[in-house]
Amino acid sequence: MLEARNITVKYGVRRAVADVSLRLAAGEVTAIIGPNGAGKSTLLRTLNAGIRPESGEILLDGQALNSISRRAIAKRIGVVAQEAELRFPTTVFEFILGGRYAWATSSAWGWETARDVEVAQTVLRETELEDFADRLMTELSGGERQRAVLARALATEAGLLLLDEPTANLDLAHQAMILALVRKRCDTRQTSALVITHDINLAAQFSDHVLLMKDGSSIAYGSSREVLTPELLREAFDVNVLVDAHPVSGVPRITPVHRSLV
Amino acid sequence: MSARATFKRTSLICAGLFVALVIVIVLMSLLGSEKLPAQSAVCALLSFGKQSCGLTSDQSAILFDIRLPRILLGAAVGASLAVAGASYQSLLRNPLAEPYLLGISNGAAVGTMVALVFLGANEWSRPLLAFIGALLATLLVYRLAQGRTGASPERLILAGVIVTTFLSSAIVFVTTLMDATRIRSFTFWLLGDLSGTTSKLLWLALFIAIAGTIVLTAHARSLNLLMLGERDAFDLGVEVSRVRLVVFVVASLLVGSSVASSGSVGYVGLVVPHLMRLSLGSDNRITVPAAAICGAIFVVVADTLARTLIAPRELPVGAITALIGAPLFVYLLRRN
Repeated sequence: MLEARNITVKYGVRRAVADVSLRLAAGEVTAIIGPNGAGKSTLLRTLNAGIRPESGEILLDGQALNSISRRAIAKRIGVVAQEAELRFPTTVFEFILGGRYAWATSSAWGWETARDVEVAQTVLRETELEDFADRLMTELSGGERQRAVLARALATEAGLLLLDEPTANLDLAHQAMILALVRKRCDTRQTSALVITHDINLAAQFSDHVLLMKDGSSIAYGSSREVLTPELLREAFDVNVLVDAHPVSGVPRITPVHRSLV
Repeated sequence: MSARATFKRTSLICAGLFVALVIVIVLMSLLGSEKLPAQSAVCALLSFGKQSCGLTSDQSAILFDIRLPRILLGAAVGASLAVAGASYQSLLRNPLAEPYLLGISNGAAVGTMVALVFLGANEWSRPLLAFIGALLATLLVYRLAQGRTGASPERLILAGVIVTTFLSSAIVFVTTLMDATRIRSFTFWLLGDLSGTTSKLLWLALFIAIAGTIVLTAHARSLNLLMLGERDAFDLGVEVSRVRLVVFVVASLLVGSSVASSGSVGYVGLVVPHLMRLSLGSDNRITVPAAAICGAIFVVVADTLARTLIAPRELPVGAITALIGAPLFVYLLRRN
């Protein structure tokens, strides 16, 4: 479980994140939504100890984050970030085994153990990538690659997943598939997940809590019903929206209403 | 694509390559302007010089005092440069990174020359200043290459060109401070020459080559993740700044000790790791040790060509390695 209290992050004089608090409990999915430049990615990197906050405290399982070693953090937090360009040929299986790095013991001389291989094979199945294990990462389509990146994060067996736009550039079916995988992991293993997304309807469908950010601040934080209201969304995005109930699931459904169309 | 690297596979491949290296060392020591009786020479070599096996004392001296030290130095230099190249490439995420092309060899050369000119009496000052020169050049080129969006492959090579040309003028400057009789042997050394070293520097180069390979192989799994990007590596648990420091220091030691003993042998760090990745895959746990052994083989063979092609005259070994390496560089650049 991760708890962040009154986090402020500064880039020079600009406050990229201003006084944000949140609590990621076991088995729960939290979505962060907000316009571009709202500080979502910065907040995510701060929660992973990649950026040191100006003020505030972050507790991972009750322990101050900055007192935990890099390797120990990596065992407890799995990350999907916007991907870097690959410059060396790497197979999908090798790539996913990278998620086992933090679990290496000196007795194994830096080699993967039988358990590491077993975990990698399990996540390959979960993400339906078994047939791609020996393919090069560069040969995969966008959707397949995104699944491999998620598979690597799942292979860490971390109790907390931080996902920065895991569904960017994916088609409808693949978006739902990625988030369903995350949801399933949280339901079956008591994992908690924090997902940054631009798709508000997807957030409404898959998350327990929503954090709405603008200009580094938290505008609203609560259940999707509490946060996804026309007033709050207009405040954040400066767009009029219509909110009704999803005809199948009953969760809030958001439809932007552009002035030119009315 | 090759199979996944495992401990067993890596051990087998490295053992096989090591046997090949021993065979190459024995064979190459038979070649040269002085013909040695093959059977006796092999017998003497395999007894580590304890038995003469019918070699005359002159032949024995040629074998053990001239050829073998030079071959062992070639092996040490080849291993050092190949391992340094493979590590720089992974750390900097750039298949074109190479100690010679990045100006790091030149940094070590300036250090060596300063030691020769000002501290000529002290033999150890050469590798020490070469190491410092290599490390400073590494840090400089790394800084220059960092753009706002990280180092692009082209930017890094450009930074290397700038550092190389700057240090070349420093080399010219120091050369003018030397007396004229030494300048010729000096220009030869600058191009990479294995003929003029002392036994102390040979042992140092061998020790650093082996120790450096072991240390960098031990960091190979971290390098695998750094190859994917520093952010990814950090997220997965790599202590990025610590690993970067280890690679910079150890690779500078490797380059420094090779340059101090044999000048700037170019392109080894480009050619060898590239061939390793092509045949064995990108996993550094196998690429790094295999590059060490194949780098040794590459330079030993190249140097044998250098001293036999136009015998009794000699070429600098750097000329041979550049002849092979430069076209490969062009090919890699175009493919990128």
